[in-house]
Amino acid sequence: MAVTAFTEEQIERYSRQIILPEVGGIGQAKLLAARVLVVGAGGLGSPVALYLAAAGVGSIGIVDSDCVDISNLQRQILHGTADLGRQKCFSAKEALESINPDVVVTPYPVRLTSSNILEIISDYDVVVDGSDNFPTRYLVNDACVLAAKPLCHAGILRFEGQVTTIIPGQGPCYRCLYPEPPPPGLMPSCQEAGVLGATAGVVGAIQATEVLKLILEIGDCLVGRILIYDGLAMSLRVVRVERDAACPICGDSPTLAGLVDYEHFCGLAAAEEQEYE
Amino acid sequence: MTVLKPDKCIDLRGTPCPLNWVKTKLRLEEMEPGMLLEVVVDDGAPARNVPRSVETEGHRVVETTRLPDGVRVLIERC
Repeated sequence: MAVTAFTEEQIERYSRQIILPEVGGIGQAKLLAARVLVVGAGGLGSPVALYLAAAGVGSIGIVDSDCVDISNLQRQILHGTADLGRQKCFSAKEALESINPDVVVTPYPVRLTSSNILEIISDYDVVVDGSDNFPTRYLVNDACVLAAKPLCHAGILRFEGQVTTIIPGQGPCYRCLYPEPPPPGLMPSCQEAGVLGATAGVVGAIQATEVLKLILEIGDCLVGRILIYDGLAMSLRVVRVERDAACPICGDSPTLAGLVDYEHFCGLAAAEEQEYE
Repeated sequence: MTVLKPDKCIDLRGTPCPLNWVKTKLRLEEMEPGMLLEVVVDDGAPARNVPRSVETEGHRVVETTRLPDGVRVLIERC
Protein backbone atom coordinates (compact mmCIF):
# COMPACT_ATOMS: atom_id res chain seq x y z
CA MET A 1 0.00 0.00 0.00
CA ALA A 2 1.62 3.23 -1.11
CA VAL A 3 1.63 5.87 1.57
CA THR A 4 2.79 9.46 1.22
CA ALA A 5 6.31 9.94 2.51
CA PHE A 6 5.88 12.37 5.36
CA THR A 7 8.65 14.62 6.56
CA GLU A 8 9.76 14.35 10.18
CA GLU A 9 8.08 17.70 10.77
CA GLN A 10 4.79 16.45 9.31
CA ILE A 11 4.88 13.30 11.42
CA GLU A 12 5.28 15.43 14.53
CA ARG A 13 2.81 18.12 13.46
CA TYR A 14 0.02 15.65 12.69
CA SER A 15 0.95 13.00 15.28
CA ARG A 16 -2.14 13.49 17.44
CA GLN A 17 -4.48 12.85 14.53
CA ILE A 18 -2.37 10.18 12.78
CA ILE A 19 -2.75 8.26 16.06
CA LEU A 20 -6.53 8.19 15.55
CA PRO A 21 -7.50 4.82 14.06
CA GLU A 22 -9.89 6.65 11.70
CA VAL A 23 -7.12 8.90 10.33
CA GLY A 24 -3.65 7.33 10.24
CA GLY A 25 -1.12 8.13 7.57
CA ILE A 26 -3.60 7.22 4.86
CA GLY A 27 -6.11 9.77 6.17
CA GLN A 28 -3.43 12.40 6.61
CA ALA A 29 -2.41 11.95 2.99
CA LYS A 30 -6.06 12.46 1.98
CA LEU A 31 -6.21 15.68 3.99
CA LEU A 32 -3.02 17.03 2.43
CA ALA A 33 -4.40 16.28 -1.03
CA ALA A 34 -7.86 17.74 -0.29
CA ARG A 35 -9.21 20.99 -1.70
CA VAL A 36 -11.86 22.87 0.29
CA LEU A 37 -13.59 26.14 -0.59
CA VAL A 38 -14.71 28.28 2.35
CA VAL A 39 -17.32 30.88 1.40
CA GLY A 40 -16.86 33.80 3.78
CA ALA A 41 -13.92 34.61 6.03
CA GLY A 42 -16.17 35.82 8.83
CA GLY A 43 -17.54 34.37 12.05
CA LEU A 44 -18.07 30.83 10.71
CA GLY A 45 -15.38 30.85 8.03
CA SER A 46 -12.74 31.77 10.62
CA PRO A 47 -12.94 28.68 12.84
CA VAL A 48 -13.67 26.42 9.87
CA ALA A 49 -10.61 27.59 7.93
CA LEU A 50 -8.37 27.64 11.01
CA TYR A 51 -9.17 24.03 11.92
CA LEU A 52 -8.91 22.84 8.32
CA ALA A 53 -5.53 24.51 7.91
CA ALA A 54 -4.25 23.21 11.22
CA ALA A 55 -5.35 19.68 10.26
CA GLY A 56 -3.35 19.94 7.04
CA VAL A 57 -6.04 20.34 4.40
CA GLY A 58 -3.63 21.10 1.59
CA SER A 59 -5.60 23.58 -0.51
CA ILE A 60 -8.09 26.04 0.89
CA GLY A 61 -9.94 28.64 -1.15
CA ILE A 62 -11.36 31.65 0.68
CA VAL A 63 -14.07 33.76 -0.94
CA ASP A 64 -14.73 37.15 0.60
CA SER A 65 -14.90 40.60 -0.93
CA ASP A 66 -15.19 42.47 2.36
CA CYS A 67 -12.55 44.32 4.34
CA VAL A 68 -11.86 43.77 8.03
CA ASP A 69 -13.93 46.09 10.20
CA ILE A 70 -13.41 46.59 13.92
CA SER A 71 -16.90 45.23 14.62
CA ASN A 72 -15.81 41.91 13.05
CA LEU A 73 -13.04 41.20 15.52
CA GLN A 74 -15.32 40.05 18.36
CA ARG A 75 -15.97 36.82 16.44
CA GLN A 76 -13.96 36.67 13.22
CA ILE A 77 -10.85 35.18 14.77
CA LEU A 78 -8.91 34.87 11.51
CA HIS A 79 -8.30 38.59 11.65
CA GLY A 80 -6.61 40.88 14.16
CA THR A 81 -6.50 44.56 14.96
CA ALA A 82 -3.50 44.99 12.66
CA ASP A 83 -5.66 43.74 9.76
CA LEU A 84 -8.27 46.51 10.00
CA GLY A 85 -9.11 47.74 6.51
CA ARG A 86 -7.40 44.81 4.77
CA GLN A 87 -9.36 42.53 2.48
CA LYS A 88 -10.43 39.55 4.55
CA CYS A 89 -9.35 36.88 2.10
CA PHE A 90 -5.76 38.15 2.12
CA SER A 91 -5.71 38.53 5.89
CA ALA A 92 -7.08 34.98 6.08
CA LYS A 93 -4.42 33.64 3.72
CA GLU A 94 -1.66 35.10 5.86
CA ALA A 95 -3.13 33.77 9.12
CA LEU A 96 -3.75 30.26 7.75
CA GLU A 97 -0.40 29.86 6.02
CA SER A 98 1.41 31.03 9.13
CA ILE A 99 -0.28 28.29 11.17
CA ASN A 100 0.67 25.61 8.68
CA PRO A 101 3.14 25.97 5.80
CA ASP A 102 1.75 22.76 4.25
CA VAL A 103 -1.38 24.70 3.29
CA VAL A 104 -1.81 26.77 0.15
CA VAL A 105 -4.61 29.33 0.41
CA THR A 106 -6.18 30.80 -2.72
CA PRO A 107 -7.92 34.10 -1.99
CA TYR A 108 -10.97 35.14 -4.03
CA PRO A 109 -11.67 38.83 -3.32
CA VAL A 110 -14.92 38.67 -5.27
CA ARG A 111 -18.65 38.43 -4.72
CA LEU A 112 -20.03 35.10 -5.77
CA THR A 113 -22.51 35.44 -8.62
CA SER A 114 -24.27 33.12 -11.02
CA SER A 115 -21.55 33.86 -13.55
CA ASN A 116 -18.45 33.04 -11.46
CA ILE A 117 -19.50 30.46 -8.86
CA LEU A 118 -19.42 27.31 -10.99
CA GLU A 119 -15.92 28.04 -12.22
CA ILE A 120 -14.67 28.75 -8.69
CA ILE A 121 -16.17 25.65 -7.07
CA SER A 122 -14.98 23.39 -9.91
CA ASP A 123 -11.48 23.45 -8.36
CA TYR A 124 -12.66 22.07 -5.00
CA ASP A 125 -13.76 18.76 -3.48
CA VAL A 126 -15.92 20.20 -0.67
CA VAL A 127 -17.60 23.58 -0.15
CA VAL A 128 -18.33 25.25 3.20
CA ASP A 129 -21.00 27.92 3.42
CA GLY A 130 -20.07 30.52 6.01
CA SER A 131 -22.14 33.28 4.47
CA ASP A 132 -24.66 35.42 6.28
CA ASN A 133 -27.07 36.32 3.54
CA PHE A 134 -29.73 34.54 1.58
CA PRO A 135 -28.58 35.39 -1.96
CA THR A 136 -25.24 33.68 -1.32
CA ARG A 137 -26.76 30.71 0.53
CA TYR A 138 -29.11 29.90 -2.33
CA LEU A 139 -26.44 30.50 -4.95
CA VAL A 140 -23.94 28.24 -3.15
CA ASN A 141 -26.56 25.53 -2.61
CA ASP A 142 -27.77 25.57 -6.20
CA ALA A 143 -24.24 25.60 -7.63
CA CYS A 144 -23.19 22.69 -5.40
CA VAL A 145 -26.26 20.70 -6.47
CA LEU A 146 -25.55 21.41 -10.16
CA ALA A 147 -21.84 20.57 -9.76
CA ALA A 148 -22.52 17.61 -7.40
CA LYS A 149 -20.19 19.00 -4.72
CA PRO A 150 -20.65 18.18 -1.02
CA LEU A 151 -21.59 21.30 0.92
CA CYS A 152 -21.60 21.97 4.65
CA HIS A 153 -24.07 24.71 5.45
CA ALA A 154 -24.47 26.59 8.72
CA GLY A 155 -26.13 29.68 10.05
CA ILE A 156 -25.84 31.46 13.39
CA LEU A 157 -27.69 34.17 15.27
CA ARG A 158 -27.43 35.33 18.87
CA PHE A 159 -26.63 32.18 20.88
CA GLU A 160 -27.97 29.72 18.33
CA GLY A 161 -26.83 27.92 15.24
CA GLN A 162 -27.82 25.25 12.75
CA VAL A 163 -25.66 22.95 10.67
CA THR A 164 -26.48 20.51 7.90
CA THR A 165 -24.45 18.72 5.28
CA ILE A 166 -25.67 18.45 1.73
CA ILE A 167 -24.43 15.66 -0.51
CA PRO A 168 -26.31 16.05 -3.79
CA GLY A 169 -28.16 12.85 -4.62
CA GLN A 170 -27.85 11.45 -1.10
CA GLY A 171 -30.21 13.70 0.84
CA PRO A 172 -32.00 17.02 0.88
CA CYS A 173 -30.44 20.27 -0.27
CA TYR A 174 -30.94 23.70 1.30
CA ARG A 175 -33.88 24.39 -1.05
CA CYS A 176 -35.60 21.17 0.03
CA LEU A 177 -35.69 22.71 3.51
CA TYR A 178 -36.37 26.30 2.47
CA PRO A 179 -37.55 26.41 -1.19
CA GLU A 180 -37.36 30.20 -1.54
CA PRO A 181 -35.56 33.00 0.32
CA PRO A 182 -37.69 34.72 2.96
CA PRO A 183 -39.12 38.14 2.11
CA PRO A 184 -36.68 40.98 2.66
CA GLY A 185 -36.52 42.14 6.26
CA LEU A 186 -38.28 39.13 7.77
CA MET A 187 -35.19 37.41 9.10
CA PRO A 188 -32.95 39.44 11.39
CA SER A 189 -29.24 39.51 10.58
CA CYS A 190 -26.39 39.28 13.09
CA GLN A 191 -25.94 42.99 12.51
CA GLU A 192 -29.45 43.65 13.86
CA ALA A 193 -29.91 40.84 16.35
CA GLY A 194 -26.37 40.34 17.59
CA VAL A 195 -24.30 37.20 17.93
CA LEU A 196 -21.98 35.79 20.55
CA GLY A 197 -18.54 35.21 19.06
CA ALA A 198 -18.29 31.81 20.69
CA THR A 199 -21.50 30.74 18.90
CA ALA A 200 -19.58 31.08 15.65
CA GLY A 201 -16.73 29.09 17.17
CA VAL A 202 -18.92 26.17 18.24
CA VAL A 203 -20.86 25.99 15.00
CA GLY A 204 -17.80 26.57 12.80
CA ALA A 205 -15.93 23.80 14.62
CA ILE A 206 -18.85 21.46 13.87
CA GLN A 207 -18.66 22.43 10.19
CA ALA A 208 -14.90 21.78 10.20
CA THR A 209 -15.54 18.34 11.73
CA GLU A 210 -18.05 17.56 8.99
CA VAL A 211 -15.61 18.60 6.25
CA LEU A 212 -12.78 16.53 7.74
CA LYS A 213 -15.12 13.51 7.93
CA LEU A 214 -16.16 13.99 4.31
CA ILE A 215 -12.51 14.05 3.22
CA LEU A 216 -11.57 11.08 5.41
CA GLU A 217 -14.74 9.18 4.46
CA ILE A 218 -15.45 8.36 8.11
CA GLY A 219 -18.42 8.63 10.45
CA ASP A 220 -21.90 9.86 9.66
CA CYS A 221 -22.31 13.35 8.28
CA LEU A 222 -25.35 15.55 8.85
CA VAL A 223 -26.96 14.43 5.58
CA GLY A 224 -30.74 14.54 5.98
CA ARG A 225 -30.28 15.94 9.47
CA ILE A 226 -30.11 19.48 10.87
CA LEU A 227 -28.11 19.92 14.06
CA ILE A 228 -29.52 22.73 16.16
CA TYR A 229 -27.27 24.28 18.79
CA ASP A 230 -28.69 26.46 21.57
CA GLY A 231 -25.92 28.04 23.58
CA LEU A 232 -28.21 29.57 26.21
CA ALA A 233 -29.91 26.28 27.10
CA MET A 234 -26.63 24.57 26.15
CA SER A 235 -28.43 21.90 24.20
CA LEU A 236 -28.03 20.13 20.90
CA ARG A 237 -30.93 18.72 18.97
CA VAL A 238 -31.08 16.83 15.69
CA VAL A 239 -34.03 17.11 13.33
CA ARG A 240 -34.44 14.64 10.48
CA VAL A 241 -35.26 16.12 7.09
CA GLU A 242 -36.17 14.49 3.80
CA ARG A 243 -35.26 15.30 0.24
CA ASP A 244 -38.17 17.01 -1.54
CA ALA A 245 -38.95 15.25 -4.80
CA ALA A 246 -40.50 18.55 -5.95
CA CYS A 247 -37.41 20.61 -5.00
CA PRO A 248 -36.85 23.29 -7.65
CA ILE A 249 -33.13 22.47 -7.94
CA CYS A 250 -32.48 18.89 -6.78
CA GLY A 251 -35.97 17.41 -7.28
CA ASP A 252 -37.03 14.79 -9.80
CA SER A 253 -38.01 17.44 -12.36
CA PRO A 254 -36.11 20.61 -11.43
CA THR A 255 -37.97 23.80 -12.32
CA LEU A 256 -34.96 26.09 -11.99
CA ALA A 257 -33.17 26.18 -15.30
CA GLY A 258 -30.01 27.69 -13.84
CA LEU A 259 -28.54 29.78 -11.07
CA VAL A 260 -30.45 32.74 -9.62
CA ASP A 261 -28.92 35.97 -8.35
CA TYR A 262 -31.22 37.04 -5.54
CA GLU A 263 -29.51 40.35 -4.67
CA HIS A 264 -32.39 42.56 -5.70
CA PHE A 265 -35.06 40.23 -4.43
CA CYS A 266 -33.49 40.04 -0.98
CA GLY A 267 -32.74 43.76 -0.81
CA LEU A 268 -31.60 43.75 2.84
CA ALA A 269 -28.99 46.33 3.66
CA ALA A 270 -26.81 43.61 5.12
CA ALA A 271 -27.34 41.41 2.10
CA GLU A 272 -26.39 44.22 -0.26
CA GLU A 273 -23.05 44.41 1.46
CA GLN A 274 -22.83 40.63 1.30
CA GLU A 275 -21.71 40.22 4.87
CA TYR A 276 -20.28 36.90 5.78
CA GLU A 277 -20.55 35.11 9.05
CA MET B 1 15.63 -17.02 20.53
CA THR B 2 13.22 -16.87 17.65
CA VAL B 3 12.90 -18.31 14.19
CA LEU B 4 10.48 -15.60 13.05
CA LYS B 5 12.13 -13.28 10.51
CA PRO B 6 10.68 -9.75 10.38
CA ASP B 7 9.87 -8.25 6.97
CA LYS B 8 10.84 -4.79 8.18
CA CYS B 9 12.77 -3.40 11.16
CA ILE B 10 12.85 0.05 12.72
CA ASP B 11 14.97 1.25 15.59
CA LEU B 12 12.96 3.75 17.59
CA ARG B 13 15.29 4.01 20.55
CA GLY B 14 15.56 7.67 21.47
CA THR B 15 12.15 8.46 19.93
CA PRO B 16 9.72 9.47 22.70
CA CYS B 17 6.05 8.58 23.11
CA PRO B 18 3.83 8.99 21.23
CA LEU B 19 6.08 9.58 18.19
CA ASN B 20 7.48 6.05 18.44
CA TRP B 21 3.95 4.69 18.04
CA VAL B 22 3.12 7.14 15.22
CA LYS B 23 6.19 5.95 13.29
CA THR B 24 5.33 2.31 14.02
CA LYS B 25 1.78 2.88 12.82
CA LEU B 26 2.90 4.61 9.60
CA ARG B 27 5.22 1.69 8.86
CA LEU B 28 2.46 -0.86 9.56
CA GLU B 29 0.15 0.96 7.13
CA GLU B 30 2.66 0.36 4.34
CA MET B 31 2.74 -3.38 4.99
CA GLU B 32 0.41 -6.15 3.92
CA PRO B 33 -1.61 -8.15 6.47
CA GLY B 34 0.43 -11.05 7.83
CA MET B 35 3.78 -9.30 7.46
CA LEU B 36 6.03 -8.92 10.49
CA LEU B 37 7.49 -5.65 11.73
CA GLU B 38 10.26 -5.50 14.31
CA VAL B 39 10.55 -2.32 16.33
CA VAL B 40 13.10 -1.61 19.01
CA VAL B 41 11.96 0.92 21.59
CA ASP B 42 13.38 2.27 24.84
CA ASP B 43 12.66 0.39 28.02
CA GLY B 44 10.16 1.96 30.41
CA ALA B 45 7.11 3.88 29.14
CA PRO B 46 7.78 3.21 25.41
CA ALA B 47 8.03 -0.56 26.05
CA ARG B 48 4.65 -0.46 27.77
CA ASN B 49 2.87 2.03 25.50
CA VAL B 50 3.86 0.88 22.01
CA PRO B 51 2.69 -2.76 22.36
CA ARG B 52 -0.56 -1.54 23.93
CA SER B 53 -1.22 0.86 21.04
CA VAL B 54 -0.35 -1.90 18.56
CA GLU B 55 -3.05 -4.13 20.04
CA THR B 56 -5.61 -1.32 20.39
CA GLU B 57 -5.21 -0.69 16.68
CA GLY B 58 -5.98 -4.35 15.98
CA HIS B 59 -2.50 -5.71 15.23
CA ARG B 60 -0.83 -8.57 17.11
CA VAL B 61 2.23 -8.42 19.33
CA VAL B 62 3.94 -11.69 18.46
CA GLU B 63 6.72 -11.43 21.01
CA THR B 64 8.55 -8.96 23.22
CA THR B 65 12.22 -9.44 23.97
CA ARG B 66 14.28 -7.46 26.44
CA LEU B 67 17.60 -6.34 24.99
CA PRO B 68 20.56 -4.94 26.93
CA ASP B 69 19.56 -1.42 25.81
CA GLY B 70 15.89 -1.50 24.83
CA VAL B 71 12.98 -3.74 24.06
CA ARG B 72 12.37 -5.54 20.79
CA VAL B 73 8.71 -5.86 19.81
CA LEU B 74 7.73 -8.17 16.97
CA ILE B 75 4.39 -7.16 15.45
CA GLU B 76 2.15 -8.97 13.01
CA ARG B 77 0.34 -6.51 10.76
CA CYS B 78 -3.34 -7.56 10.92
